[in-house]
Amino acid sequence: MNARPDPHETVRRLLGPAGPEVTCEQCFEHLDVYVEAERAGRDAEAEVPGMAAHLEGCPACASEHAGLHALLDAG
Amino acid sequence: MAALPLDAVDAPPVTDWPRELRAGGARREHAIAELHALLLRAARFELGRRRGQLWHLDAHELDDLATQAADDALVAILGKLDTFRGQSRFTTWAYKFALLEAGVKARRRAWRGRELPLTEDGWERLRSAAASPGASARMAELLAAIGDAIATELTPHQREVLVALTLDEVPIDVLAERRGTTRGALYKTLHDARRRLRAALERQGLSPREGGDP
Repeated sequence: MNARPDPHETVRRLLGPAGPEVTCEQCFEHLDVYVEAERAGRDAEAEVPGMAAHLEGCPACASEHAGLHALLDAG
Repeated sequence: MAALPLDAVDAPPVTDWPRELRAGGARREHAIAELHALLLRAARFELGRRRGQLWHLDAHELDDLATQAADDALVAILGKLDTFRGQSRFTTWAYKFALLEAGVKARRRAWRGRELPLTEDGWERLRSAAASPGASARMAELLAAIGDAIATELTPHQREVLVALTLDEVPIDVLAERRGTTRGALYKTLHDARRRLRAALERQGLSPREGGDP
């Protein structure tokens, strides 16, 4: 590693989200519905409770979430 | 992929994917070929997004990886077609399979031939974060308490998984492959470890906000 790790980011990574979260399997299962709800301006978290917390705590699932948005943005 | 049947070449674009994929003969073959093309486009897009971590691959190797991802996504989709409930567009549902396959393959390829960091590297990173100029005295105290809780509150397996995923930043799919397990199982371990750390901090009257969350 080069630079010193950011202490806030280190704590965030170590402790993860505070609230209840879905599992990786549930995240994948609902990712399409969640992303379409976000893009339609609906309350995606109400449709898939615990999704936002999981995306905060799981970089791999967060990357797929970002990737699906990017792909749909690209048309 | 099998060659497209001649009578399907002039077929119209697929609109009702589940029906066409369940149809027989040339209609199904056509739908599968169209779907594979969509998945390949999605996989190429995703690998392009991850080009930075795949800098060592040439264009041919990158396209091979995209094809493998599209192939695997197609197999997964055909196997799970009955789970599609129509709650999203079919293409959005299908894309996520391609993105998953491409992402997992990209992370594993990027780590191919690399040893996993030792747990000691992660501890050094924790000490380094605590000594950062950006860390207040309270943040340093919080990080020290987390370090103690990692050492005393977690099982050896939880400790190894937590340190690898959060301090060493080993991708979860890479760790799963090396340990012969799944992303879901590792995340469950990480989740349980995080709960234990939070509980330990709470018993000491410490909150993650003690460090002054930005």
